[in-house]
Amino acid sequence: MFGLYKKFKDGLAKTVSAIAAKTHGLFGGRRIAAASLDELEEALYTADFGVETTNEILAEIKQAYGKDKELRGRQAAEIGATVLQRVLAGAEGVLTPSSPAPTVIVMIGVNGSGKTTTAAKLAWMLKQDGRRVTVAACDTFRAAAIEQLKAWATRLELDLVASHTGADAAAVAFDAWQAAKARGSDYLIVDTAGRLHTKGNLLEELAKIRRVLQKHDATAPQHRWLVVDGSIGSNSIEQAKVFHKNFGLTGLVVTKLDGTSRGGAIVGIWRELKLPIYFVGLGEQPEDLQPFSVENYAKAVFSLED
Amino acid sequence: MFESLTDKLGSALRNLRGVGRLTDENMADALKEVRTALLAADVHFTVARDFVERIRIQCAGQDVLKSVTPGQQIIKIIHDELVKLLGEGETSLSAARTLKILMVGLHGSGKTTSTAKLGKLLKKRGYRPLVVACDIYRPAAIDQLEILAKQEELAFYADRNSRDVPAIGAAAFEAARTATADCIIFDTAGRLQIDHDLVEEVRKLHAKVQPDEVLLVADGALGQEAVNVAKAFHDALELTGLILTKMDGDARGGAALSIKSITGVPIKFIGTGEKAADFDTFYPDRLASRILGMGDVVSLVEKAQESFDQKDAERMAEKMRKADFNLEDFLAQMQQVKKMGSMQSIMGMMPGMSGVQLPDDSERQIARTEAIIRSMTIQERRKPEILNGNRRKRIADGAGVKIVEVNQLMKQFQQMQQMMKMMKGGGAKKMMRQMEAMKGKGGVPGM
Ligand SMILES: Nc1nc2c(ncn2[C@@H]2O[C@H](COP(=O)(O)OP(=O)(O)OP(=O)(O)O)[C@@H](O)[C@H]2O)c(=O)[nH]1
Ligand SMILES: Nc1nc2c(ncn2[C@@H]2O[C@H](COP(=O)(O)OP(=O)(O)O)[C@@H](O)[C@H]2O)c(=O)[nH]1
Ligand SMILES: [Mg+2]
Ligand SMILES: [Mg+2]
Repeated sequence: MFGLYKKFKDGLAKTVSAIAAKTHGLFGGRRIAAASLDELEEALYTADFGVETTNEILAEIKQAYGKDKELRGRQAAEIGATVLQRVLAGAEGVLTPSSPAPTVIVMIGVNGSGKTTTAAKLAWMLKQDGRRVTVAACDTFRAAAIEQLKAWATRLELDLVASHTGADAAAVAFDAWQAAKARGSDYLIVDTAGRLHTKGNLLEELAKIRRVLQKHDATAPQHRWLVVDGSIGSNSIEQAKVFHKNFGLTGLVVTKLDGTSRGGAIVGIWRELKLPIYFVGLGEQPEDLQPFSVENYAKAVFSLED
Repeated sequence: MFESLTDKLGSALRNLRGVGRLTDENMADALKEVRTALLAADVHFTVARDFVERIRIQCAGQDVLKSVTPGQQIIKIIHDELVKLLGEGETSLSAARTLKILMVGLHGSGKTTSTAKLGKLLKKRGYRPLVVACDIYRPAAIDQLEILAKQEELAFYADRNSRDVPAIGAAAFEAARTATADCIIFDTAGRLQIDHDLVEEVRKLHAKVQPDEVLLVADGALGQEAVNVAKAFHDALELTGLILTKMDGDARGGAALSIKSITGVPIKFIGTGEKAADFDTFYPDRLASRILGMGDVVSLVEKAQESFDQKDAERMAEKMRKADFNLEDFLAQMQQVKKMGSMQSIMGMMPGMSGVQLPDDSERQIARTEAIIRSMTIQERRKPEILNGNRRKRIADGAGVKIVEVNQLMKQFQQMQQMMKMMKGGGAKKMMRQMEAMKGKGGVPGM
């Protein structure tokens, strides 16, 4: 676990220093003053936590400050992290294989959120774990999307099922399931085309992928994950709601947290939909996918490493 | 959809009813709501704070116009200020030939797609563009650009063996000469603004090719991060413009205000879809309304004022409110709409409809719809329920269309009626109220 935490922390290190810079000394040994509560509010808002979570954290810190005027920055940060951990309690997704194999995971999301890269990273991670994995290239729409996944498959020696641009995405998923079964794969990871949640006809394509998979296995796809870009703001919540309504999401992956964004919108998604967060993306390399840890996330956001 | 600012402001504004002059005290609640609304639209915290401060200074001491409520007056001031801020700066591209454009931004923001879109647009404007693949990192990024270039018949340059991005940029000039291109667009890899090595790389590319335009391509749904991103890219590369992508979604686009405020760089284009044609010039008033979450009610009201016959507007408002609206009204309304401008731009102005894309031939569609309704008897127009198969056939023949089109229209009409029923409690009512509000006060904008 320590190794994981380190990786997570390293990924978020820049973030931490960014917050620390903004709230200079705020979370250090300095005593909280009325003015620093404003700074704190700013720090929370700029993490994309949204109005509700920000107010909740602020309220508790203010309350503590009301009781103890000697409250130090570090204690305020600890309160913040505690509230965040409480809000996110139960939000850690744990991936386990289901039977009968293959366990099917569909990557869903708006354009450019990181689905393809996550599919490749996840396949690699599972492979490192000794699992057999097949990947399905069901983005048959975007230019060179198939080539992109093929390049990953070559680089990471992954089993890939792909057709050609313009092919029926559901047909590829159907074939891929069969291939995964025949190869004895534990997992089938399905990459799909990016689509905005506002486009009804494109949502229908996802439903179709699901229907054909169910011809093979009524319980498939067992996992329907929304891949959200951590630098996106409140629209992530809108995305999650609509995809969830149309496709019944089972979890989230948050990408691009190696930047300075803190991905606070996932807290909003968790509050609204209680979808567990399985992984976070911390870079473009295969090893840059890490299981989501509430504690690490909360600590990293409030720069409370230990 | 979104709760509009006007909804949010509701109670805060009610408290203002009856005041004769806006003061810091009586505006405090309303301004707090404005701030919350901006934050909810993903405007950066400090940007929202500064913006609200500007509004406070502008409003304070103003007399409330007799013809509008204080709330309407504040919203109009906010809206106008937002339009002013968003619209500042030169939105057209440099006139240089050879025109060199560098596309930069975060991962997955839409750089490659926008490169192709821009190429297509410039080609239409008489340029001979060359697009250059400078993303050597993302798997198949070069293939992606090559395919798009082929689709749009743009000259394309890449060097698949090179790992030296500035050198690729330099070599593109030779390729441009060969292709007799007078415009070069450099597509670059997505990079984090804190990735020192990659930022250094793009700076070197910049130094090598000396672009006339450096366009930051940013996802319209970006959150608070927009400020960090824009600032760092601007510091490193001196941006000349912004392309806001994925605005075909329902993101409020507050990031645009953040970026604009922090860098002062003009917003030049809007990406409205995945296809190369889904690329728009930028209209500050539309974005302002979108950020405020109220559709372009302001310009709708203003336009409506110019063209709507007042009595008609009143009657229509009443009908829409009661969701009692027949085909005759529909026809009359269509004529009004025709006076107001293209259907697409009207849709763009409706609350919650700004993302709705009408097919290209919608204007022709309207003409056919008109023909169909005109082929109906007055009785049929008033009581569409009586339209049986025979009647529909007669109407289709009369209008010179197929029966399915008549059926389609009837279906649409039913949906529209349903929508009105739904909207009875929502945005439409407010819109109508605005229209009513303007009756009898000629000239004064309704907001
Ligand atoms: N820094 C960083 N970049 C990432 C991460 N995940 C993905 N990316 C990059 O983001 C960009 C888009 O990723 P893709 O995996 O192609 O996204 P996608 O959702 O499949 O995109 P479309 O299929 O085009 O909708 C690529 O440049 C990736 O390298 C991450 O965790 N961190
Ligand atoms: N819906 C929509 N999708 C877009 C838009 N612009 C780009 N995209 C999509 O966003 C994804 C990432 O775009 P791409 O150009 O590859 O981004 P890059 O990584 O910045 O080069 C692709 O799936 C594009 O098809 C837009 O305006 N609207
Ligand atoms: Mg993809
Ligand atoms: Mg690209």
